[in-house]
Amino acid sequence: MRTIYLKNKPRIIGAYSIVGPKEGRGPFGKYFDYVMDHDKFGEKTFEKAERKMIEHAISHSIKKAGLKKEDIDLMLSGDLLNQIISSSYAARSFNFPYLGLFGACSTMAETMAVGSLLVDGCYLNNVVCSTSSHFSTAERQFRFPLELGNQRVPTSQWTATACGSCVISKSGNGPCVTAITFGRVIDFGVNDVNNMGAAMAPSAMDTLISHFEDTKRKPTDYDLIATGDLGKLGSEILIDLLEDKGLKLGPNYTDFGHVYFSRGEDTMCGASGCGVSASVFNSFVMRKLLNKEYKRVLFVPTGALMSTTASQQGESIPGVSHAIVVESGDEK
Amino acid sequence: MTYLWVFLIGGVICAIGQLLIITTKITSSRILVLFELVGLLLAAIGIYEPISAFAKAGINVPIVGFGASLATGAINAVKSSGFLGIFTGGLMATAGGIAAAVGFAFLFGLIFSSHTKK
Repeated sequence: MRTIYLKNKPRIIGAYSIVGPKEGRGPFGKYFDYVMDHDKFGEKTFEKAERKMIEHAISHSIKKAGLKKEDIDLMLSGDLLNQIISSSYAARSFNFPYLGLFGACSTMAETMAVGSLLVDGCYLNNVVCSTSSHFSTAERQFRFPLELGNQRVPTSQWTATACGSCVISKSGNGPCVTAITFGRVIDFGVNDVNNMGAAMAPSAMDTLISHFEDTKRKPTDYDLIATGDLGKLGSEILIDLLEDKGLKLGPNYTDFGHVYFSRGEDTMCGASGCGVSASVFNSFVMRKLLNKEYKRVLFVPTGALMSTTASQQGESIPGVSHAIVVESGDEK
Repeated sequence: MTYLWVFLIGGVICAIGQLLIITTKITSSRILVLFELVGLLLAAIGIYEPISAFAKAGINVPIVGFGASLATGAINAVKSSGFLGIFTGGLMATAGGIAAAVGFAFLFGLIFSSHTKK
């Protein structure tokens, strides 16, 4: 039994999203709280810009929750850069305790899950959870520096410049986190770093199967089942893998990475990066939960856990996916 | 007519590179080295010169030309100064290109700042 049920139903009382200009032109553009004019966000480097995005998102999510910074008991955050510098350096400008978490692009679910458990266990009252990604910092970290002007391959995905943050609290009004299924690290031996959707799909399958077995629910029991950033190819693989195991995902299934950018943007297989699921969850999904259009959502961000060193040594790409159930919940 | 041949030959070389990117998993840096080695080999067995006389910039501008310069430089240096030419010739022949690359990279680095691809 891997699924944990949260008895005290911690609430998401404030959510905020900030994205780059290209992301703002996408289908979710009107839902995001803030679209930057330029992805340097007034900073000298892309890394500093990503850090500032986290600071901005955290500050505003606390404000939207109607809290002050002194009310926050813990910050949970992670990103894609070495030593998760975006999160840790952003934490420098706040005065609350900080836990850095790394789950690659599954980080939004990881921070929310850990935060919800701490609140549900009555150890803390208010926690803030966030994650970010930035196209240009990720290109430098995982692929090639922008200055090289490298060619992109057809299966590659475009790392989104986006950040999301939410405040999870013991009291207040908002959607509640009711169950969590932590993922195992699954590796089917895909070693193409330009095809991460295929590498992550098996981990999403594993987590979803465990979740549905544990809860005895069917995919139709959810208004939305959303994976993070499998992309076009990866989400098709996931649907096939699940069908082989007798689970059929219907029209309520979507992959945020696949639908994140408008067609016509030259993004090959869609979007990737922690910021994809973080920004869509903390804008679009939260909006639909708040107006009760969605009653129960299964949020399953997917992470590819490789590093450049491991890839250069010929290692395959392990994936991890965490699932959390968020319900619109009644007013308290 | 010369321009047309230069354009076609240069285009075909680049198309081969693009095909390798699309259809194989070879990284772009390996494709670069592969092209360079092809140029080196062509020059070493002496057929680069006649191709270059015909194709001109079409083959000299892509990285294939750089590989050929390395080989020709080494061969000439061995002829003029003996064994040590193996080590000095290649870089001596390409020194202009390398110095220009470093110099211009520095210059443009000062003038421009990097931007995300649109």
